[in-house]
Amino acid sequence: MPPFSRGFRGRRVDVDPARVPPGQYVTRDFPVLSAGPTPRTPLDEWSLTINGAVDEPVSWAWEEFVALPSESVTVDIHCVTKWSKLDTTWTGVSVDTLLEGVETDAGYVTAWCDGGYTTNVPLEDLTGGRAWIAYEFGGEPLEPEHGGPARLLVPHLYFWKSAKWVRGLELRDDDEPGFWEAYGYHNYGNPWKEQRYSGD
Amino acid sequence: MAPARIAWRLAAVKDVLVETPRAKTLVLDVPGWPGHVAGQHVDVRLTAEDGYQAQRSYSIASAPENEKLALTVERLEDGEVSPYLTDELGPGDELELRGPIGGYFAWRSEDGGPLLLVAGGSGLVPLMAMVRHRAANSSTVDTRLLVSARSSEEVLYRDELARLAAGDGLAVHQTFTREPPAGWSGFARRVDADVLGQVGPAPSQRPRIFICGPTAFVERAADLLVGLGHDTAAIHLERFGPTGG
Amino acid sequence: MSEDPRWLDGNALGGLLQELFGAEMTGAPHTCQSCGTESPVAAHRLYLGAGTVLRCPVCDQIALVAVALRDRHMVHLTGAWRIEMPRV
Repeated sequence: MPPFSRGFRGRRVDVDPARVPPGQYVTRDFPVLSAGPTPRTPLDEWSLTINGAVDEPVSWAWEEFVALPSESVTVDIHCVTKWSKLDTTWTGVSVDTLLEGVETDAGYVTAWCDGGYTTNVPLEDLTGGRAWIAYEFGGEPLEPEHGGPARLLVPHLYFWKSAKWVRGLELRDDDEPGFWEAYGYHNYGNPWKEQRYSGD
Repeated sequence: MAPARIAWRLAAVKDVLVETPRAKTLVLDVPGWPGHVAGQHVDVRLTAEDGYQAQRSYSIASAPENEKLALTVERLEDGEVSPYLTDELGPGDELELRGPIGGYFAWRSEDGGPLLLVAGGSGLVPLMAMVRHRAANSSTVDTRLLVSARSSEEVLYRDELARLAAGDGLAVHQTFTREPPAGWSGFARRVDADVLGQVGPAPSQRPRIFICGPTAFVERAADLLVGLGHDTAAIHLERFGPTGG
Repeated sequence: MSEDPRWLDGNALGGLLQELFGAEMTGAPHTCQSCGTESPVAAHRLYLGAGTVLRCPVCDQIALVAVALRDRHMVHLTGAWRIEMPRV
């Protein structure tokens, strides 16, 4: 264990430990992490698509997407780089809503994004009220550096699964590791089991 | 450059000097310090009692000739690390660091010149190490330093620069982007092609160019210099970013 | 190419690369496998995500990905690299 830095705490808050997954530290900040440059897709060129192992791909343009039934949720988020942020508020369209009327036998989803980022999630982890395509954070339009205009929000998994700048969900019969998964991060990513890396 | 595998070391804080309202210089004793080249930096690592760690890079402000290692840190308002370094750390404390790091953004007096050094705010730190190294070697290499700052009180090492500029081939230029000092007749705007053209040297003199500061500042200055005809390969950049605080 | 002010440059990766490779690498030239541009590590764009991504300054193609896993570091390199290490 490296030596302590006397008096150093960082910008962290004390909270009920039951809300903090193992190895995490709670912060007031909202750090910006990214694998690449922030895409700047104009809204009139933006669309969200459900494709892959479906009979018919479905797509929404921006105006159609924000006109869908939406919800506001308050959730805790946990980043694999060890910071957690509690009680974050988001507004978005539930993935359940997006999948209404979509017929599929697929077990897996690859979220694909502007800039080329991908991540993989079992379909059942995106349904049952556990995931949204979020376009507001803290009551304001989601900023580009935090994934705006819209990002996937899957708070029960490490936050690299909440893909920024999402443009589509590809339903798949097979599980295809996404960007960070292919580089050694855990395929599933449950913070409560501390599944950070492959093999955990 | 023949570095060994670098290791974390515990430096002892000897002194903390106020440079400007927002910046302080940490003067450190580093046991076993292998020496450095002007322009290099160190990684600093802080560990809280519960094991939480944060790490940032800071440029070395001192010349290699100096016995003690100096780091100048600007306190960022919402920073996690910089407020600790400027407000909490004091003589007698320890600081974990590793280095020196970097061979690309470095200058030795035997590398020669002419030199053009362009600093945006706290980007002046590694360039000051070069200026100090130059002075310690009594070098007379044609050196032009351009410092961009919001106001005069934010310029690091103001008095020392005024003293050094009085001699031997070092020209110090300043430009103020928000509040020039009263009676100022020099540049009072964002660095532009005209400012850079006046500071010189001309591209035909093939200067070595070092630019340091926030990413946007560095990108802009580099583009302007290329536009003026300077060779891209002669331009060395170091960008400070908001991911470090 | 990117106007994003949030990226750093390869200078900031110097400590990690020196730790892993035992050599100063910020000056090491890399030739992009996508656009063919050769530039030093220090000139590349550095993005910090779950792991660390270094990208070509001209076309943003990934040059290097470094991840710190539980018991090891892994570094993935693309394109052509020239790394010099002093002989001891």
